[in-house]
Amino acid sequence: MTDAAGLYRTVRLIRRFEERAIELVRDGTIVGGIHPYLGQEAIAAGTCAALRPGDVITSTHRGHGHVLAKGADPARMLAELTGRATGLNGGRGGSMHAADFSLGILGANAIVGAAVPIATGAAWAARRAGKDVVAVTYFGDGAVSQGVVLETMNLASLWKVPVVLVCENNGFATTTRVEQAVAGTITGRAEAFGIPASTVDGSDPEAVLAASLEAVERARSGGGPSLIECVAYRFDAHHTWEHTARPRYRTDDEVAEGMRRDPVALQGSRIPDAERDRIDAEIEALLDEAVRFAVDSPPPDPAGALDHLYADGLRARAGVS
Amino acid sequence: MPNLSYLKALNRALTTEMAADPSVCVFGEDVGVAVSNVTTGLLKKFGPERVVDMPISEQAFTSFATGAAMAGQRPVIEFQIPALLFLAFEQIANQAHKFSLMTGGQVNVPVTYLLPSSGSRGGWAGQHSDHPYSLFAHVGVKTVVPATPADAYGLLLTAIRDDDPVIVFAPAGAIGVREDVDFATLAPVPLGVGRIHRPGDDVTVVAVGHLVHDALAVAEELAGTISVEVFDPRTLHPFDWSGLAASLERTGRLVVVDDSNRSCGIGGEILATAAEQMRLIAPPKRITRPDGAVLPFARELDLALQPTRAQIRTAVEQVFKLSFPPATESSTAAGLSTATDTEE
Repeated sequence: MTDAAGLYRTVRLIRRFEERAIELVRDGTIVGGIHPYLGQEAIAAGTCAALRPGDVITSTHRGHGHVLAKGADPARMLAELTGRATGLNGGRGGSMHAADFSLGILGANAIVGAAVPIATGAAWAARRAGKDVVAVTYFGDGAVSQGVVLETMNLASLWKVPVVLVCENNGFATTTRVEQAVAGTITGRAEAFGIPASTVDGSDPEAVLAASLEAVERARSGGGPSLIECVAYRFDAHHTWEHTARPRYRTDDEVAEGMRRDPVALQGSRIPDAERDRIDAEIEALLDEAVRFAVDSPPPDPAGALDHLYADGLRARAGVS
Repeated sequence: MPNLSYLKALNRALTTEMAADPSVCVFGEDVGVAVSNVTTGLLKKFGPERVVDMPISEQAFTSFATGAAMAGQRPVIEFQIPALLFLAFEQIANQAHKFSLMTGGQVNVPVTYLLPSSGSRGGWAGQHSDHPYSLFAHVGVKTVVPATPADAYGLLLTAIRDDDPVIVFAPAGAIGVREDVDFATLAPVPLGVGRIHRPGDDVTVVAVGHLVHDALAVAEELAGTISVEVFDPRTLHPFDWSGLAASLERTGRLVVVDDSNRSCGIGGEILATAAEQMRLIAPPKRITRPDGAVLPFARELDLALQPTRAQIRTAVEQVFKLSFPPATESSTAAGLSTATDTEE
């Protein structure tokens, strides 16, 4: 959905999904916590709006927004976060590994930068098989100095792989500021490999969409990879663990200032009030139902804890003899 | 009967499978020119889209293969040096291997990692002489160490056809082995099925990879004195535990020869499992590299840290003479044996 209302619907869905998920973390329904996507909704919404259903994405530890924007069922997503048998991954993956291969969501990945070569390999293979597939791979500013990401830029450019590298620069790698951790520039890294790169306002869904349409078109037409650096501000914690641990690495004033760049408010201002209210109500009903579905779903059977370890059903030895 | 070398067997398996299945492709460094001699002729036959020379970016191309596998390809990655596995361990153990479970079975990752000349090549020193197969068996990657040309052919074929990641170590000590083979009998070898190269009644020697040939030589030396059964597990994960148990039912005595470092090597796991669950009438022994070994350069030092035939022979002779002491009343009373408590 590339229209203003469609983009609003997506950013609003992600925003409210994350807020509901944080409530479920607080009341203990979600164990292990989450990495909230609050403040970055425009990036997932804008990039996924530029994709076709057959295109693929890889996501990150902060991945709920990408998975939802690519079309995953919020109810099954929430069931995954709450560790239920009905979750996208049957409760085997949780927040950091949510995947729906039927929708081209090749999984969120808990190792920073690790999915970048996976998406690139998938795009290369799909092209080799004669399929019209573009891959989008998301990674944070913390990933731009990972060797594997830089190695992959080289491969992608060398072979003109149809992949779009989306760097979500939210200002922090956990608590380390981007200016403390990144020498040179993020776009400069891509440019060094001959990859066209641009920086956009990652708080503006329409700006992200415009850059994504251009990059996706370049990939689809054989022009190879692009990098889009989307600059946004992470409203909430690196991980909900911060809600209790409260590490001090940014001031309340800074956070308040950062939260003025609100993609949901911005996109909401671009559509009529009545339409916004209608979408909001629709999303609340959808999420009420999603929470109900997740909470009412059964946990997986512990007897199946090693199910799916091997494709051929090989059973690993038990831990007791 | 035609004579087949181990290297040619690997090449033949790759050629066979690439011809049979267009989704099979080969990634690696210098695979076009075939510097390891494993991929000889493949570039000419199948072209650069299927025999892909990679830049020196092991981490990227290992996960690139994972992505390609998710999208329907069946990549075989050749690593020139076993220590490169340490570099790509994240991509194999933490990515490729985990996707099936983490996604609830939504996706398979059929990638084969092929290590021609694993272990010591003699004089290649600290960073080119590792044999880290136990590491992969430990994390649960299907792990294969063929000892003979026919098994190398059959196991590589099975590895490529398997829907999970499989790592195939072709030991430097075995890669020069040749055998007479009727090509018509070459066939896939299933994972998890060991092979008894030589039957015997007195001592079971479990030997991994190239050490099978050393164990066979020792068995021959001892023939007439001690009847040695040489058991080759062929795959370390899954392991043919029932095959080993059946051998120990006959012999009750066990020696394991394993080119891993001692602590946490597969040899320790074989001994532990035999001690817990199988028939042993004497304390078992294992011969391995030392704890935490780094192979030094000079030939004498390199060889000093690898299992030797003399060590195998001594261990077999010792285990043959040993037996567990019968449980006595005093040892039972002292709590040294609880056999009577657990007897059914």
